[in-house]
Parts: sequence; C-alpha cells; structure tokens
Amino acid sequence: MKRKHQRMTLLGVGGVAAAAAAALVLTAFEDNIVFFHSPTELSERNFAPTQRLRIGGLVEAGSVAKAADGVSVSFTVTDTAKSVPVTFKGILPDLFREGQGIVAEGHLREGVFVATDVLAKHDETYMPPEVAEAIKKSGQWKGGR
Amino acid sequence: MHRFANPTRFVRLAGRVQPWAAALALLCLGAGLYFALFSSPPDYQQGETVRIMYVHVPAAWMAMFCYVVMAAASASSLIWRHRVADLAAKATAPVGAAFTLLALVTGSLWGKPMWGTWWVWDARLTSVLILFFLYLGYIALQNAFDDPARGARAAAILAVVGVINVPIIKFSVDWWNTLHQPASLTRLDGPAIHSSMLTPLLLMALGYTALYVWLAIIRMRAELAETKIRAIRYRQASGTAPAPQES
Amino acid sequence: MEAIQSFLNMGGYAAFVWPAYGATALVLAGLSAMSVVRMRANERALAELRGADDEEDA
Repeated sequence: MKRKHQRMTLLGVGGVAAAAAAALVLTAFEDNIVFFHSPTELSERNFAPTQRLRIGGLVEAGSVAKAADGVSVSFTVTDTAKSVPVTFKGILPDLFREGQGIVAEGHLREGVFVATDVLAKHDETYMPPEVAEAIKKSGQWKGGR
Repeated sequence: MHRFANPTRFVRLAGRVQPWAAALALLCLGAGLYFALFSSPPDYQQGETVRIMYVHVPAAWMAMFCYVVMAAASASSLIWRHRVADLAAKATAPVGAAFTLLALVTGSLWGKPMWGTWWVWDARLTSVLILFFLYLGYIALQNAFDDPARGARAAAILAVVGVINVPIIKFSVDWWNTLHQPASLTRLDGPAIHSSMLTPLLLMALGYTALYVWLAIIRMRAELAETKIRAIRYRQASGTAPAPQES
Repeated sequence: MEAIQSFLNMGGYAAFVWPAYGATALVLAGLSAMSVVRMRANERALAELRGADDEEDA
C-alpha cells in the first residue's frame, strides 16, 4: 500500500471513529442537551419540586392575566396536547404574546410552574407587517398570532 | 485540486482572481447594506431588529463554510502533502474565527431584545461557541511547535476531527429542541422568508463569500512569502549556495 | 431631519442594531487591513532578501 493511501485510510478510519464517539456522547447526554421540556413530558415524568427546569410551548390564547401589582403575570403554556399554568414576576421579552412560543425557567410546584425567567422563542418566518396582515385577512394564516 | 497544488500556478491564478473578488465584495456589500438598512421593511414581529439578521445569518453561514474549507484543505494537506492546501487552511482559520465571533456577537445583540437574554446554553449556541474554540485551538496549535511543519500537521488533524461539529451545528435545531429558531431557507417547503428580506440577506451572503475569497488570497500570499523567506534564511544560515528559485 | 432621527432610532432598537453593524464593520475592516499590511510587509521583505541574494551571487 502506498503511503498516500495509508494516510487516506488512517484519516478515514479516524474520522469514522470520531463521528461514532460524537454520536455516542450526544445520545448519552441527550437529556442535558435538550433545552426545554414540553407540557406533555412534564405530565409524564415526575420532576422534583426542587429541580430547576425549563418548559417550552405556546402561550395559550386568552390565558394571559396580569395581576394588580403590575409585575406579576400568569398564563398557560400548551403543546396543544397538555398545558401547564405558569406564574411569573418580572419583565417579559418584547416577543411575548398570546400564541407565541416561549421557554420558561423555574420550578414545578403542585402543578403550577413558578418561573424565574421567561424567554420568547422566535419562529423561522420573516415577513413585512403588511404581508402578515394580508395573509391573516385571506384566512391562510397558519401561526397562532 | 491537484492542478492548483503548485505554488507558482496558485500565484498566477490568485493574481487574476483577487481584483474580481474585491470588486464583487464591495459591490455586494454596498448593495446589501443599502437593502438591509434602507430599502427593506421591518418584520411583523421583530420590528427593526430583523436588520441584525442581515449581518448575523451570513456570518454564521461563513463560520461553517470556512470551517469546511479549512478541514478539507487540512485533509488534502495531510494526505497529499499539498503545500497550497496547507496555506489555504492556515489562511482560512482567522477569517473563519472572525466570522464565528461576529455570528456570536450579533446573535447576542438580537437575542437580548427578542428572546430576553444575551445568551443561553442551548444546542445551537453552544455548538457555535465550540466552533469558535476549534478555530482558536487550530491557530494556537500551529504556533505551539518549534518546527512549523509539525505544528501544521497537528493543527490539520484537529481541523479534520473538528469537522464533526459542523453537521451538529446545522442540525442542532432539528435534533434537539433549542431556543434558537430552525432554518428559514433550507426547508422542504421553501424558504419562510419574504422576498423583500431575502434580497439583502443573499446580497450580504454573496458579499461575505467574495470577501472571504479576497481575504484568503491575500493571506495565502502573505503565508507563501513567509515560507520563502524562512527557506532563504535557512539556506543562508546553513551556508549552502542558494538553490534555484522556485517561482 | 425627523426621517434621519427615526432611522437612527431603529424603532427603539438602536442600542442593538447599530452595535451589531458596528461590530461587523470593525472586525471585517480590521481583519482586511491587518491581512493587507502583513502581505505587503512579507512580500517586500522577500523581494529585499532576493535582491541581496542576487548581489551575493554576482
């Protein structure tokens, strides 16, 4: 075997081994790589009230209620199958809206998710406001907004 | 590839491509900036922050593109001992690192007002940060050895192994749930981005690519001159008569 | 005048949009300038070295 081919084989075998190692590590740590859990996962698995976790889903339409103190909010996060009530005290991001995807970080206490942080999730559609209006009017709108 | 492995041929070709790359970069970046800042609408959700996308997304594309180029050049320099391939990998690394840094910084500047945070450790953001460290590691490893050839080989091996990170970055938003949104352009049902916003994005992306080509040529010429200087100095120091010039 | 001001204001997101463009301009222009300076310095040094080499030969 020529040296050139030897090096090529070595590099190929090394590459495959590295790819396999990466795949194994990523599968093993999948739970840590996942950024948030859905309301369905939350109901299926028992998370301790002390465990800090993130939930993600859509803010259910009509569920946002601001408390009298002006900084506390409560709303429901849904993945359309299951939903979880969330309470939060603080400043919401600009993209926070009913029907918008969000990620909340905090603790699950007796069925209520007490959030310490709320992040807005952006979707991958980009369009000017007039176009969004026109699509909504024509009834072709697929999003929740 | 093999045809350009010869430094002399590379210099001749580079001299011809260089002014065209510079002109294309200036043209596309100029037009791209005009569309990005003046002649494109605000987004229905993000408002004016959508303009950050025009410098963020092309930077992120280039970060991955440069890495693939660097890894491919490193592989061919390891296998065929191509001198020009080694130069290309060396020249690409700082450019890729700069684009990765820009993707991270501009993304953070978008994330704060839109997501509500500068940074999260989700799969996409973390894997791009790892890409940045791979670039830094590649550059550091090159200079870690007294013998430049050994440094180049060690760095090339790191570049080839690290290429695994590129598909992880690309598909992180599909494989795991992340805060970062999925791809807008490479979707099965066509891009989810309005044409008025696609124009500045693609112009900027083309401009960045042309800028990369120009920068790579400039940096390869610098590297080539440096290796020749080193060779002449070495010959002078060892007292042998100068060998016939290579180019 | 007002148009310029509202453009600079970026719908209230000026503090995020302009730093993003500023950082991009700074990094790309800086890298370009450094690369050109290094190429010129190296090619000049090589030309001088070769000139000296030729004189030695003569």
